[in-house]
Amino acid sequence: MRVMAQVGMVMNLDKCIGCHTCSVTCKQAWTNRAGTEYVWFNNVETRPGQGYPRRYEDQETWKGGWELDRRGRLRLKAGSRVKKLLGIFASPVQPELSDYYEPWTYDYRTLVEAPLGDDFPVARPKSLITGEDTKITWSANWDDDLGGTTELGHLDPLVEKVRRESEDRIRFELEQTFMFYLPRICEHCLNPSCMASCPSGAIYKRTEDGIVLVDQERCRGWRQCITGCPYKKIYFNHKSGKAEKCTLCYPRVEVGLPTVCAETCVGRLRYLGIFLYDADAVTAAASTPDPQDLYDAQLDLMLDPDDPDVIAAAKAGGIPDDWVAAARRSPVYALAKTYRVALPLHPEYRTMPMVWYVPPLSPVVDLLAEQGHDAEDRDTLFGAIDALRIPVEYLAELFTAGRSETVAAVLRKLAAMRSYMRGVTLGREPDASIPASVGMSEESLYAMYRLMAIAKYDERYVIPTAHLEQAHQLEEIGCSLDYDEGPGMYESGPYGEASGRPAPVAVETFNALRQRQTSDATTSADELRGRVNLLNWDGNGAPPQGLFPPRHDVGGDQP
Amino acid sequence: MSTVLWGVLPYLMLVVLVAGSLWRYRYDKFGWTTRSSQLYESRLLRIGSPLFHFGILLVVVGHLGGLVVPESWTEAVGVSEGVYHVNALLFGGLAGVCTLVGILILVYRRRTTGPVFMATTRNDKLMYVVLVAAIVLGLWTTLVSVGAGSEAHNYRETVSPWFRSLFVLQPDVDSMAAAPAQFQVHTLVGMLLFAIWPFTRLVHAFTAPVHYLFRPYIVYRSRDRRTAPGSRARDRWAPVGTHDRDR
Ligand code: SF4
Ligand code: SF4
Repeated sequence: MRVMAQVGMVMNLDKCIGCHTCSVTCKQAWTNRAGTEYVWFNNVETRPGQGYPRRYEDQETWKGGWELDRRGRLRLKAGSRVKKLLGIFASPVQPELSDYYEPWTYDYRTLVEAPLGDDFPVARPKSLITGEDTKITWSANWDDDLGGTTELGHLDPLVEKVRRESEDRIRFELEQTFMFYLPRICEHCLNPSCMASCPSGAIYKRTEDGIVLVDQERCRGWRQCITGCPYKKIYFNHKSGKAEKCTLCYPRVEVGLPTVCAETCVGRLRYLGIFLYDADAVTAAASTPDPQDLYDAQLDLMLDPDDPDVIAAAKAGGIPDDWVAAARRSPVYALAKTYRVALPLHPEYRTMPMVWYVPPLSPVVDLLAEQGHDAEDRDTLFGAIDALRIPVEYLAELFTAGRSETVAAVLRKLAAMRSYMRGVTLGREPDASIPASVGMSEESLYAMYRLMAIAKYDERYVIPTAHLEQAHQLEEIGCSLDYDEGPGMYESGPYGEASGRPAPVAVETFNALRQRQTSDATTSADELRGRVNLLNWDGNGAPPQGLFPPRHDVGGDQP
Repeated sequence: MSTVLWGVLPYLMLVVLVAGSLWRYRYDKFGWTTRSSQLYESRLLRIGSPLFHFGILLVVVGHLGGLVVPESWTEAVGVSEGVYHVNALLFGGLAGVCTLVGILILVYRRRTTGPVFMATTRNDKLMYVVLVAAIVLGLWTTLVSVGAGSEAHNYRETVSPWFRSLFVLQPDVDSMAAAPAQFQVHTLVGMLLFAIWPFTRLVHAFTAPVHYLFRPYIVYRSRDRRTAPGSRARDRWAPVGTHDRDR
């Protein structure tokens, strides 16, 4: 057993209101640069829907993730190493910009500068790729809130599958529609196929916290990782010619702060914490023959942080004591393994994803409420979960490779929590038979309710800091301390747009972050050379410079 | 004159190539990439790029064979000059044509696809001119040889000895000077290509990822790998930052 620590995330989908705040703050922090216009490290998809990039879940087309060969061994779905090298000159199945969308801006200047006339001036859309006028035909969220679903709904690969299997139709007529939002970031997988596809070996998993990063100095732009990742969460920066991906905001996580998407989430639905897992068992677990057993295999990898053997092995493996302590308080471990309500996204890709989801009960509740039933009543809810096959099967395609019983069991737990807590809130005698019907005690159901519904900040985020004695090794501090701010920091090098020395993402130092984290006072915003960086802004105090245009004191000195 | 061209220039080229590559590797690891444009367009790329790359790999093998292996060796194993020559022309010509067609498709694509053309720097354009010139001139030597039939010039008695002599630091200037003009021009342009190599996107060829075949699939790396404070920023991984679009 080789115990390793992994920072994991859980998202409680019932609470997502699809506001896209997470996407926007993430974009401001990480991908507001030329070359990354179309890059959304965090995106929120309406399901049913095609997702981003379009139909990325159709692995027969995109060849992401792993599969088992005839002898039952793992191999990349896109083919052997030799095959990948032979395909290096023109990646066989790389999505094109049209599978994402062509980013654009508007020609706002005409609004201000158009000469006086009878017609209203119009800000025409301009492509950010060609600079020419463009026609907007798709975007990262074109089918948001089921927009256009009557025409395009059948293009969702999961809808296709559920239909094929149930010979039934998911109807997109309004009264039968169900809908929920699925926010997605990189899964920081235990068995990442992006990494396995990288010819240069530039993608790595950090041993301390399991965050998967792309080494920008070793990436050579071979583009294989884009095919490799089944979630299409590696993007190609078309200016620098390098792959980029979600970093799990490692500069923040290293000092104990939650990621930007989690911190700014309006629904407060994201949880961050530590998993301890057995690194030696990952490959075997990912090779489980039946895809429907992969969820259980993945759960088995997650080690019990209260088990003395695990603690001893963790110590032996050099995991600091406070990390083990944090693992014991980990909200993600509680939701995934103790209560078993969080499920991995598409376990059948065999990458062992570490962002887990509590499936939404809302499609069921909404439907009951609409039909005038008591949507808080256990028996009604349980009955509906069994009767509403389509939503459950759809969720099962997302989270359990199609095993509906697992999803139904989770939904029943959520339903039990709902009706049990209604009794408590209304001051009735708590009905102990409700937790018992889902195999839980009253105490654990209440604890689950606390974690999921009350969801206090310090219970949602239990992130041990990287160790101070290692502080000089933090990636972020390295580049901010030694960074010499010579002229040309943001200039183009002589060999194309992005050559030359890179500028750091956050110019703030480790100490500033720590100070902000541990004190009530706010540190002043740093000069970021015209870039707005929300990465280090926690909403307290003055906003970062550049977020708003400079204030002109109009007529300030004349009374 | 000959001494400068065939005795001094090759060494200058070599110095520029080696020193330039080392310098660029140290200074500009972040810019060391293929700068792929597949995201913009892949229909033509899918034809042109493999054609060009596989072609040029064959051409490289052919050049190495012709320049490094002395004529006496091939004759010792029973391959006569005539047989060798016909084979070399046939396969070399074929590979050369593939390369040329490939790069012509790529250049056409670069010129006609809006976004790809936008992403083309002046540096790229210069590189394309030299690269195409080298390929065309190489094919020209082949054509001349084919035209001359059995009378064709045997470069393995002029160019090859000179090439080998460079590495023992005793350049055999006279044999190279005796080669026909087309070989000389092709060699000169070739040297120019290698001299600009480190300063163009061609550097990606130096990091051809052959080690992919031998490394484990999953790469773990510790923060401990980071060097101690005080070392230079460029020696470690730094997060991405590119030139922002002018605002
Ligand atoms: S989800 Fe993230 S870690 Fe997993 S394969 Fe994709 S990019 Fe790699
Ligand atoms: S910020 Fe939270 S609630 Fe809003 S879309 Fe993102 S995950 Fe959902």
